[in-house]
Amino acid sequence: MSEHVVPVKVYVLVFLALMVLTGLTTGVAFIDLHAWNTPVALAIAVVKMTLVVLFFMHVKYSPKLTKMVVLTGFFFMSLLVAFTLADELTRGWSPKAQNWDATASSATHNPR
Amino acid sequence: MADMATHHAQHDAFKHQFEDMDQQRDAGTFGMWVFLAQEIMFFGGIFGAYIVYRLLYHDSFEIGSNLLDVKFGAANTVVLIASSLTMAMAIHSAQAGKKGKTQVMYLLLTVLLGMIFLAVKFTFEWHNDYTEHLIPGFGFVIRDAWGAAGVHVPLFFCFYFFMTGLHALHMIVGIPIILVIAVMAWRNRFDEVYYAPLEMVGLYWHFVDIVWIFLFPLLYLVGGRYLSIGGH
Amino acid sequence: MSTVIAEMPGHELPTESHVNYLNVDHSVKSWLLTVDHKRIAILYLISITLMFFVGGFFAVLMRLNLIEPQGLVAPETYNKLFTMHGVIMVFFFLVPSIPATLGNFLVPLMIGARDLAFPRINLLSWYIYIIGAAFTLYAVISGGVDTGWTFYTPYSSTFAHSQVIPTALGVFITGFSSILTGLNFIVTIHKMRAPGLTWFRLPLFIWAMYATSIIFILGTPVIAITMFLLGLERLLHIGIFDPAIGGDPILFQHMFWFYSHPAVYIMILPGMGVMSELITAFSRKRIFGYTFVAFSSFAIAIISFLVWGHHMFVTGQSVYAGLIFSVLSFLVAIPSAIKVFNWTATLYKGSISYEAPMLYALGFIGLFTMGGLTGLFLASLATDVHLNGTYFIVAHFHYIMVGGAVMAYLGGLHFWWPKITGRLYPDAWARFAALVIFVGFNLTFFPQFVLGYLGMPRRYAVYPGEFQVLNVMSSAGASILGVGYLIPLIYFIWSFKYGPIAGPNPWGAKGLEWTTPSPPPTENFTEIPIVTEDAYDYAGTTGRRTHG
Repeated sequence: MSEHVVPVKVYVLVFLALMVLTGLTTGVAFIDLHAWNTPVALAIAVVKMTLVVLFFMHVKYSPKLTKMVVLTGFFFMSLLVAFTLADELTRGWSPKAQNWDATASSATHNPR
Repeated sequence: MADMATHHAQHDAFKHQFEDMDQQRDAGTFGMWVFLAQEIMFFGGIFGAYIVYRLLYHDSFEIGSNLLDVKFGAANTVVLIASSLTMAMAIHSAQAGKKGKTQVMYLLLTVLLGMIFLAVKFTFEWHNDYTEHLIPGFGFVIRDAWGAAGVHVPLFFCFYFFMTGLHALHMIVGIPIILVIAVMAWRNRFDEVYYAPLEMVGLYWHFVDIVWIFLFPLLYLVGGRYLSIGGH
Repeated sequence: MSTVIAEMPGHELPTESHVNYLNVDHSVKSWLLTVDHKRIAILYLISITLMFFVGGFFAVLMRLNLIEPQGLVAPETYNKLFTMHGVIMVFFFLVPSIPATLGNFLVPLMIGARDLAFPRINLLSWYIYIIGAAFTLYAVISGGVDTGWTFYTPYSSTFAHSQVIPTALGVFITGFSSILTGLNFIVTIHKMRAPGLTWFRLPLFIWAMYATSIIFILGTPVIAITMFLLGLERLLHIGIFDPAIGGDPILFQHMFWFYSHPAVYIMILPGMGVMSELITAFSRKRIFGYTFVAFSSFAIAIISFLVWGHHMFVTGQSVYAGLIFSVLSFLVAIPSAIKVFNWTATLYKGSISYEAPMLYALGFIGLFTMGGLTGLFLASLATDVHLNGTYFIVAHFHYIMVGGAVMAYLGGLHFWWPKITGRLYPDAWARFAALVIFVGFNLTFFPQFVLGYLGMPRRYAVYPGEFQVLNVMSSAGASILGVGYLIPLIYFIWSFKYGPIAGPNPWGAKGLEWTTPSPPPTENFTEIPIVTEDAYDYAGTTGRRTHG
């Protein structure tokens, strides 16, 4: 909600910033940054999103409650991702189930 | 408290369950934000699944991503962000007391840009993917050149089509709504006091833009385009 | 059966002649196109009751089948029975029950508003519910679904030959009904409270509705996208859960339970809200520990999102994730326990009376506690390995869902019936029915704890002969329980025409809803009230109820 009227200049500046960032993220993708490509791309996306949220969606001028709603949505989404990854990425950490076998070979393989 | 007579005489868009126009607009925008929170979770589910598989099958996802056409993706990103600008301008023109025609112009520009986005996506990208046998379930062909990681490439494309499809669906729903609002604007319904529907549809449209802001790098820019992947 | 109405000073004995939301217009159009939250609550009440009896019908067939160790129906048919029972009861009865009926009716009244923030969206939510129910009922009559209400992949996505898509579609569509209800409640509670009604003066029912709505908004979209993806995979024969292309069927379970665990709190939180209203009214006492009860609703809502993996301990989920989910599952029990302690402390030295709503409330305390405590066995990784997939789980969740949520729902229906309909129901019959339900319920489900511990698997059409006695007890209990549910159906319908006319406040209870006529006029309040008291301000009141 906003009775605050955002000046056109701000909108145009934000738009130009978004254009620059789009060009940046596209360009950086063609440079080999190894494992850093993904975090950089995501960081740029987060900055773009923040600009849209704060200015186009007027959250900068909105009550705290609005900001709470936005943050809550992202927080719960991150819970879904984090806890799911906690399973998917750690399955390999457990000793793999082996054929049930009481011989010496299982004693050496089984990290008890 | 206002008695029932003055209660009803506030504005012809006034809704009786509220006390005044301020509360009405406040509730309306807050309601749209709550709706967007659930949209974050809706897309969040599929984004979450994407993240899981991308971490598990990074090589396959790199291959898939390199098969997407970056110029279309980037162009569409520009188009959609521009449509967010025109949408913001539509609301601004109402807030600034500009005539309905100005608001309509910006709203129609928004719709036009949205339709350009959809046209590029469906007629260039998706159609090309179809003819190149890159749509899972519709004659997908795993190329030998992809090597061992090839077996999981269809999974990437499942996500590509599901996620961009869901996004496009949101645009297809949004465009008629913007047109309805444009008709109201044409009839000079909106002014500095009453522009809540504009604001609300604007929030929705910006959200759709934000989803794309993430879809573009996540789908089109995986790993790095510095790799040259053959077998197109 | 008493017909004396509590007389409040300055109020005449009520007559039916005042214009209220029920008699203002009798046309079908005025009902189907209503935007009055009270009428929409009635529309939901009728639809949900119908779905309850459809779901109950499948339960009857299941319990009939389980009288014999070798079963009565084919296993494939039995699979459909428990699936349809679960799908209908969870998505079409329990999730909407209290919020869509009592919530819709009471939220504006309790906060001193004329309606919810978005009345047309409220009506839309009911139509969406009906469309979702129609798809699911279509699935039932065109062959049924046999995947279990949990729709686990890859059976549901690849191998099942049953009506998975219409059912998934029905669940998907109905989810939006919940989302819109939750949206309406959150905005209404934030923006439309009467002057003077600060957060900490709100009835605890409102806190419960708010907490439930948080789960509606944040959880339901995830089951929506999950059903959407399941449907796509089934339609296209390829998808993100398909192992052939590297998909993980367990990922489906993560996404499914991310909603479905908080969903069970959607089902119980409103009941807990009702409980706070019933316990205070029928012990004529302030709630003990208002702030604790209020915040515990929030704590439950939030922590409920962090425990879903406890449904997946034995599926192949990483044991490290299992550890985290186990600890958090123990944690989530704490706010529930806080509520039970506070209700009990409220009863202590209260002026207690035993009308039907209070009988349901007292039943809730005992049965919910049993259900909740048995959850701890399941939260513990080691014991869950033994108990998972057995009747212990079935008993656990039925103690909470039926012994808890349904009892609270019935208690609330009885409590607010005079307000909703302007009529009194016969309390002697109501108390009798409550006892029948209590006895029938325990006879049905207590043996199932024993069965589960002894190792009888759930979702099985046949079982070893040594389990027959307990199964027969359970089926016998089910028939008593069924009779118990029919009795209120009969006298509630009877009361519409023949029940004594109720005054504004037959129970002498506190709360803004009791300051309006019974039934209320369409606009609820001619003048928006200004609130100066705390909730449950019973101190110093001496008038006793005379109803019953």
